[in-house]
Amino acid sequence: MRYGPLVFFAAFLALAGSWYGFVVKPAFQLGHMQPTNAVPAGAAYPVARAGLARQGLEVYRANGCYQCHTKQVAQEGAVFEVILRDAGTNPPSMEAAIKHLAPKLASQPDALQGLPKPVLKGVGKDEADRAVKLLNASGGKAAPWVVATGPDMDRGWGKRRSVAEDFLYDDPVMPGAQRAGPDLANVGLRQPDLNWHLRHFYAPTAVVKGSMMPPYRYLFEKRRIGRQPSSNALPAREIGIEAGYEVVPRPEAVALAAYMISLRADAPLFSAPFSVASGAPAPSQPQAQKE
Amino acid sequence: MSASVTVVKTEAVSSKAEEAAGLLPVEWLAMLGLFITAAFWLVLSSGLALVSSIKFHSPAFLADTAWLTYGRARAASSNLLLYGFCVPGGMGVALWILMRSGRAALQLPVMGVLSVLLFNLGALMGLLGILRGDASGHVDFEFPGYAAAFVFLGFVAVGVSAALTLHSRRNADLSVPQWHLLASVFWFPWIYSTAVLLLLLMPLRGMAQAVVSWWFSANFQLVWMGLVGLGAAFYLLPKALGREPASRNLALFCFWSLILFGSWTGVPQTASVPAWLPALSAAATFVSAVLYLGVLVAWREMARGACRESWRGAAAFVSFGLSAFLISGILSIVPVAAERGELLSFTWAGLARTQLLVYGFFGMILFGCMHAAIAEFAPDAASPRVPRAQFWLAGLGIALLVLPLAGAGVMQLVKMRNPDIAFVDVSKSTLHFLRLSTMGDLLILVANALLLVHLISTVAKALRVKAVESLASVMAEVKS
Repeated sequence: MRYGPLVFFAAFLALAGSWYGFVVKPAFQLGHMQPTNAVPAGAAYPVARAGLARQGLEVYRANGCYQCHTKQVAQEGAVFEVILRDAGTNPPSMEAAIKHLAPKLASQPDALQGLPKPVLKGVGKDEADRAVKLLNASGGKAAPWVVATGPDMDRGWGKRRSVAEDFLYDDPVMPGAQRAGPDLANVGLRQPDLNWHLRHFYAPTAVVKGSMMPPYRYLFEKRRIGRQPSSNALPAREIGIEAGYEVVPRPEAVALAAYMISLRADAPLFSAPFSVASGAPAPSQPQAQKE
Repeated sequence: MSASVTVVKTEAVSSKAEEAAGLLPVEWLAMLGLFITAAFWLVLSSGLALVSSIKFHSPAFLADTAWLTYGRARAASSNLLLYGFCVPGGMGVALWILMRSGRAALQLPVMGVLSVLLFNLGALMGLLGILRGDASGHVDFEFPGYAAAFVFLGFVAVGVSAALTLHSRRNADLSVPQWHLLASVFWFPWIYSTAVLLLLLMPLRGMAQAVVSWWFSANFQLVWMGLVGLGAAFYLLPKALGREPASRNLALFCFWSLILFGSWTGVPQTASVPAWLPALSAAATFVSAVLYLGVLVAWREMARGACRESWRGAAAFVSFGLSAFLISGILSIVPVAAERGELLSFTWAGLARTQLLVYGFFGMILFGCMHAAIAEFAPDAASPRVPRAQFWLAGLGIALLVLPLAGAGVMQLVKMRNPDIAFVDVSKSTLHFLRLSTMGDLLILVANALLLVHLISTVAKALRVKAVESLASVMAEVKS
């Protein structure tokens, strides 16, 4: 029996199969993806990055930031909160309802103050629906609230899992494979301050105590102060610069900081829902933001 | 070299000298060229790995040079290892095995020599490209397009030569190593051209890029390296032990499970893509357990009753490589199988698995083959002690690299799950492990340098002996 053609054919089929499955199919499914709509607001998502942030993506690529940072938030599940927006005009009935649902909350004197606030936390959908029904029947206005769960959410790294739509306008796509540094999928939400990022690039340990990030001083220019200090110089004391010198960001640094700020996956999507406040502030804040 | 020794040796090698057209036959020129330049890039790669490893305990180390910032040094290191060492070195070994197992001469050796040039141009331009900030941005596929083109052409050149050599074999049926190498010769151009086309030339939109990049990495690092590495193991281990090769059916089983299941692994469980992609990959990773079981059984069959011998000489490299392959298999299955283990792929454990597969398995088996080939080229000049020393240095180095990284990964996973531990503290808790792994990087650098020096000095010594011999024979003719 001649094995040559057989081996060749077998290997051809095996590779063709995986090529079809992991190259051709995704190229059609993901490669032809269109922007979607945020729910329930209906705004288009995602929006292409502005020019400066787009240049920042190139700086991110050229310096291999993706070697240490992921941009993928993992999610384990979702739970519900029940938010009471309005206590209504029948306080005794409402108090009874809350006593039934959350005896602990009801025992506090200001149970019905400072609305909207969560009555129940971390419950399943059925329980949340029952509670909403009860509260509404007692004359109040309550709504169920979807909250994504998982260690990444607890860390304040995101409000929902990352989905393919988040990367729609990125080229190259750099989802990252390693978390030597924190996840950056929502770094623009955590740190919307451009100057914070500039200081952080120049002297990471001066901004985040114990940071292991290498300094990116080559993205800045350190020079003697001329007749008067430059308006865009970094605050000297904070980053530890000797007197008479100033540090000004090069265009790459500003672009990279603009890119950081543009990283915000904050639109609830049909495929990855979470509830957002409409008008009123979000009732339950995520845990303290940590870097 | 004293004249009397030379004269004695002249007779011993005279038959070989007649076969050889000149001092260095062109087939050896191609193979040694691939080996030595691959070893050169390997040394450079491990030097850069050491630099980037040191940056973890002192982030400010060499940080003010854009060319050597962590992200670039790390990328240059891993890509030189893959495309500067693994691909050319693997193809050099493939040529050697195809010639020896088929008892054939190298066909179109010029193409082999040409590939040495192309591979080296590719590696050089890739290195410079990454360091100056032209990296593609796709992990482990970071050579910019202008470098990737040379790597591709280099592979096509050496692939043509390899395929023709296989065609001119003396045995009618393909033997086990031969069919592995046949599959590898056409596997790489397919996956590499797909990646170059869809990631660099006409980039796909959005996450489709990431899926293609994961697909490429799995097919390159697991399937292609598995085909070449297992093929070489199936050739070298029985040869070194002087035993029967593994049973055909068992080898066929390993081959099938490698190409059928290995080619579907790669998409991590945390991927932000439609759920069917990671689910399919998880299933394939699960099922690939049969591959590792098959390799284990084949290994036991080949080394049965020769436990001690299989850890000596060239066989030791193969034994180490196969153990590394099996452990890397376990490391790839754990994140999929363990409950809530999916985040493990975001930790240092992911790097541990890759290093074990690429250096511990593929690299070590290539070293064994290179030492065996060089001993064949220069039986008198090749010292048996250097391979032994290199084996221990490299083996200890990879163990010191991988074990701490895996430990750091588990530590990261456990602490990352607890939101009360600040991220900075999570990173700090891995520092002890990373310091140990720097020692591993250092040992690996020494081992790689030893390999390069050994290859060059052995070849130089053998060439000098041959030159003296041919000079002596000319003198003898003149005298008579």
